[in-house]
Amino acid sequence: MRPSRQQTPSQTVGPYLHIALPWADGAYAVPAGTPGAIWLRGRLTDGNGDPVPDGLVETWQADPDGRFDHPDDPRGAVPAANGFRGFGRCPTGPDGEYAILTLKPGAVSGQAPHVDISVFARGLLDRVVTRLYFADEAEANAADPVLRNLPTDADRATLVAERTEDGYRLDIRLQGDHETVFFAL
Amino acid sequence: MTDLVLPRYRTDETANVPLLYPDYKSTRSRSPGKPLVLLPHQLTEVTGPLFGEDRVRPGDSDLTGAPGGEAIGQRIIVHGRVLDSDGRAVPDALLEVWQANAGGRYLHANGEWPTPLDPNFTGLGRAVTDSLGRYRFVTIKPGAYPWGNHHNAWRPAHIHFSLFGRAFTQRLVTQMYFPDDPLFAYDPIWNSIPDERARQRLVSRFDLAATEPNWALAFEFDIVLRGSDATPFEAEVDDE
Repeated sequence: MRPSRQQTPSQTVGPYLHIALPWADGAYAVPAGTPGAIWLRGRLTDGNGDPVPDGLVETWQADPDGRFDHPDDPRGAVPAANGFRGFGRCPTGPDGEYAILTLKPGAVSGQAPHVDISVFARGLLDRVVTRLYFADEAEANAADPVLRNLPTDADRATLVAERTEDGYRLDIRLQGDHETVFFAL
Repeated sequence: MTDLVLPRYRTDETANVPLLYPDYKSTRSRSPGKPLVLLPHQLTEVTGPLFGEDRVRPGDSDLTGAPGGEAIGQRIIVHGRVLDSDGRAVPDALLEVWQANAGGRYLHANGEWPTPLDPNFTGLGRAVTDSLGRYRFVTIKPGAYPWGNHHNAWRPAHIHFSLFGRAFTQRLVTQMYFPDDPLFAYDPIWNSIPDERARQRLVSRFDLAATEPNWALAFEFDIVLRGSDATPFEAEVDDE
């Protein structure tokens, strides 16, 4: 029998994450030029409404068919097609903006199409986790168990990205007015 | 309706850190004010990106060598295993590390203070765990450095670690420290972890057996990610 071990606690990513974590291809969950690709964009702000210029946004999501290239998807892993990686990683710029190029995910087993988001930054002792939903999926969003579980429409609205010219936009507000809903995993 | 059988990832409350820890000033305006909402683990959470050798180039696990010459400082080996809380090894897993140089200076625009950069040290390393979850870096011991959190604030020497594990739930960014650092008592980032024993899990162990005579000291640091229940449970979910 294996001895159980206690988990390693989180520590902040700190202000020097740029030495290691940004990748040249990080923002590209699909290669540039992929047909149907969309940009997920938004601004990360703090409790004063100021941009967070030294954060990191990571995304994880299903493919357009709602499947994952992962052995723990009990429906079977679906090898990634067309360079789709499901994962994006983008440091925030001086204006707090992030941008990830991806494909819109399909519905996942009774849940509306969504993207899981992790935010890391100096001043965050652990990552914070949120979700991005799509404004043009109103019917699916209305039936989504995670959205339905939130207390108010205002809470739900913090997770719904608006359509833009080249994709969708969702601002992430760490604290204060219109604070984003964050999840405990 | 199809029942999907998903692994369930456990929580170890001793490892919890608060998001608001006022002694660490930056948390005051960046920590969420509302309570977190529990997110049940579904497919998106129990899967995750599986990065391995594809993100690592030969030599990435040795931070001491540069085209111009060797980094200055005390050469050390940092090694250990990546496990889950059930004691299972996490194989083929990417680790990304970054650190200050021997004088406590980061190669970063925000890292300036009166101590020199080392032209032969970038402070970036990458490695992948083997089939037993083992990893190994060669680097130099980072120095302590001052920061602006409060008067005469200094960070204990540390190495940043970033890991994906095998699931979104397992993602971890943390810091490894060195034994007996006199700065622990004064560091709000270290002290933000409420459980004293959990703090000690971030301290590497001096490992005489792994030292290489006439070449490098060694420190061992095991990293434990969230484990999943050995017996999967039946999840009531709709399959569209």
